Amino acid sequence: MTAEATRAQERPVTLELAREFGLSEAEYKNALEILGRVPTFTEMGIISVMWSEHCSYKSSKRWLKTLPTTGPQVICGPGENAGVVDIGDGDTVIFKMESHNHPSYIEPYQGAATGVGGILRDVFTMGARPIANMNALRFGSPDHPKTRHLVAGVVSGIGGYGNCVGVPTVGGETNFHAAYNGNILVNAMTVGVAKADRIFYSAAAGVGNSVVYVGSKTGRDGIHGATMASAEFTEDSEEKRPTVQVGDPFTEKLLIEACLELMATDAVVAIQDMGAAGLTSSAVEMAGKGGLGIELTLDTLPMREEAMTPYEIMLSESQERMLFILKPGREEVARAIFDKWELDFAVIGTLTDSGNLVIKMYGETWCDMPIAPVSNAAPEYDRPWEPTPVANEVPDSVFDGYSLPLGDALEKLFACPDLASKRWIWEQYDSLVGGDTRFMSGQADAAVVRVPGQTKAVAITTDCTPRYCLADPVRGGAQAVAEAWRNLSAVGALPLAITDNMNFGNPEKPRIMGQFVGAVQGIAQACVALDFPVVSGNVSLYNETNGEAILPTPAIGAVGTLPDAMIAVGIAFQQEGDVILAIGDSGSHIGQSLFLREILGREEGPPPPVDLAVERRNGEFVRGLIHAGLVASSHDVADGGLIVTIAEMALASGIGAHLPALDNAHPRALFGEDQARYVLAVRPDAVAAVQEKAKAAGVPVTVLGETRGAALSTGSGEIVTIKRLKDVNEGWLPTYMSAEL
Amino acid sequence: MKAAIVVFPGSNRERDAVAALEAASGTKPYLVWHRDTELPKVDLIVVPGGFSYGDYLRSGAMAAHSPIMREVKARADQGVRVLGVCNGFQIITEAGLLPGALMRNGALKFVCRVQHLRVENTDSPFTAKYAKGQIVRYPVAHGDGNYWTDAETVKRLDGEGQVAFRYVADETRADPRGNPNGSASDIAGIFNAKRTVLGLMPHPEDAVEGLHGNTDGKPMFDGLVEALS
Repeated sequence: MTAEATRAQERPVTLELAREFGLSEAEYKNALEILGRVPTFTEMGIISVMWSEHCSYKSSKRWLKTLPTTGPQVICGPGENAGVVDIGDGDTVIFKMESHNHPSYIEPYQGAATGVGGILRDVFTMGARPIANMNALRFGSPDHPKTRHLVAGVVSGIGGYGNCVGVPTVGGETNFHAAYNGNILVNAMTVGVAKADRIFYSAAAGVGNSVVYVGSKTGRDGIHGATMASAEFTEDSEEKRPTVQVGDPFTEKLLIEACLELMATDAVVAIQDMGAAGLTSSAVEMAGKGGLGIELTLDTLPMREEAMTPYEIMLSESQERMLFILKPGREEVARAIFDKWELDFAVIGTLTDSGNLVIKMYGETWCDMPIAPVSNAAPEYDRPWEPTPVANEVPDSVFDGYSLPLGDALEKLFACPDLASKRWIWEQYDSLVGGDTRFMSGQADAAVVRVPGQTKAVAITTDCTPRYCLADPVRGGAQAVAEAWRNLSAVGALPLAITDNMNFGNPEKPRIMGQFVGAVQGIAQACVALDFPVVSGNVSLYNETNGEAILPTPAIGAVGTLPDAMIAVGIAFQQEGDVILAIGDSGSHIGQSLFLREILGREEGPPPPVDLAVERRNGEFVRGLIHAGLVASSHDVADGGLIVTIAEMALASGIGAHLPALDNAHPRALFGEDQARYVLAVRPDAVAAVQEKAKAAGVPVTVLGETRGAALSTGSGEIVTIKRLKDVNEGWLPTYMSAEL
Repeated sequence: MKAAIVVFPGSNRERDAVAALEAASGTKPYLVWHRDTELPKVDLIVVPGGFSYGDYLRSGAMAAHSPIMREVKARADQGVRVLGVCNGFQIITEAGLLPGALMRNGALKFVCRVQHLRVENTDSPFTAKYAKGQIVRYPVAHGDGNYWTDAETVKRLDGEGQVAFRYVADETRADPRGNPNGSASDIAGIFNAKRTVLGLMPHPEDAVEGLHGNTDGKPMFDGLVEALS
């Protein structure tokens, strides 16, 4: 390969090319103005990914700035690879959630696998050892011809990657809705732990310091992946398969160990993984944050394909690669570590004081442009938006003629795809490697993983109810945060902070932009009220196919902490004779409930109101009871309402519940999805203490009955056996997946 | 008891094994890197779970030919106890320490769950602390756990007391399923002829403390410490 051959592959830089690269005419003109000349082909490619929605957050930035991101527990908020939160004793938890939606739709196995790989790198780049993975998945209608294939591929990809790297996948959520038929969501979250004095950042420092490339070799995969992630889908999106990267979890595992080993030395100045937009974004971000220039000579960069051009190398999204800035003279220490782990290691450049990104190869310069002006000129739009109209409350007349026996209604709900057991999925994930998993989600409202070598634990959950967000984005956004906070409280954890993964449609449509703005407003309200700041996040827009948007899905990943993993309480009833208590007001809100959709066949009304003061009061009360050792089982009331919550506690244990208090209860009370509520099971001798504390805290507590037998029953007789519910609940997904792909 | 854990690129359950061994013996085991050619003097060698070399060729096939495995085989021949768990079972089987082979799970999917096992033979330091026929629960977490050998060899293994554990269903439990991978004769783990080498797919090291939900794996490590100290 020579300079001439490279030039022969380049295309003239014109407005047409800029458009093909995803830039608008105004953006192209701005590039000309900044450089004072026509960019080279390589520069045009670099500018286009830097200014892509995916990298520049140009539609969302204005609103993301309004989120609360600080608090005494926050060590590092948004802007770095992941958020960092203090968990005491010099320990921190580092976490983030990120989407890999478009690639996963095009190539589900590799799309999901590289999504896991990417988020793992974001976390261990900061010096953390990853201790848990979670994921939030949304698929299309089960009836859609592609859904089965996508579920199989995504689950297998998440497992294939996470199992191999040896990080337990401890849970998440999976929903189905026709709005995701053409655009599934794959949101992956990683949680790691690090010592507070061993956290690594991306800002480069030290003119003359070496820029070092480590990890896998660079190939032609994923070129312009960030651009793809910033465009709507059409029927010909299959043609974009070559922009999907291929994952190698074995190399990732070696990279984790090698990077952590290097970080234990004093050699590292800064580190950044090569994620979206590959070497371009890592080089530009590191130098940009440090206020420096960077000069790269690509001839010695490890490549796995021949005759690559500087443009291809700078835009490749090959996986499992990292960029380090090393202290002077420490190159050999680092090289020895990467040799041990049999990973490529190459010094590819130096930091300069020019402020420019300079790319040299084949004896020529292919890019020489100022970093700060190009970065700072990344567009920021205040896109027009419309608020979502407020829905009318659901009238009582919807219950006219409703006479389904309660057992039949429960059976129907437990067989519906959203409530059906996801065992078929989570059994494909190694949830136990590391030996620190106390609960995976499903066993408790949040997963609980012990900090390696210690007694304390981290609790983790992901939450979002997209049907609520569609009906009322503000309330839905607040509800997602409140439910995450509640799920952490329900296991006894102190909620610390969240990561938000904002999945929406095309922001150029005011209706969609209004959903985004509303969700941000709701999230911000809840975060402020619950002292639950946003420390990291990711925005995925243009989730549309042929003009059809997904449900607005602001997925919330949340982390809390427990002083001892063994304090945590799960949802399963522990023994017969425990007293079942409802914490919070009785249910009444049926709008947007699962009952309304699955039993009455209507998707209407507003989502349940979110009273954040009540949420906080009730959650703190429940957490206090758990810490006082008064609680045997605990579960928050969510999808399906009170009776579904109790039935889930019974299914998790095989122990039934006798509930005289629910004799002749109205469907609103049984299935209403009112917020800030929990069901607890406590030993009979603890009831008085709980009631006394409740009175002091002003929290409503109702005795519903006791754990008993192997069925749910009320004073007027048996409702349904656990076996009957379990059969339909466990049966749906395996039966569905056993059909032909 | 002194123990060594052999670590390959891609091993990922070595920390679990360290914790279980240290809890049982009070001594930190040695971690031996795959490129090493010598083992310290030890009473027990553990080949842990994971995805050695990514398992890209065939599970355990690459690791079986790494330099350290020649040394492991030589020590096994001298009677040093060897425990291969999951990927470790695959590796020591590929290395010829045990008969048979581990194939892709029958359902072609990775499976992670708590599994009921029956202890088939207690005449070994690995199983001495169990009762014959005892039902125990260890987690499984593997994609290639489908143990295969011909019917005649199964018969011989049974006859000579070389079957250590079998997968069983337990109708009394919430999750009554049996064999998770389609293995021949429900075999979960086997000994060599002298019962000094044990290979098994389930993970006793992930069932040793309250946090794990059950401690059925603890007697294996306690038994080893008692026999080898």
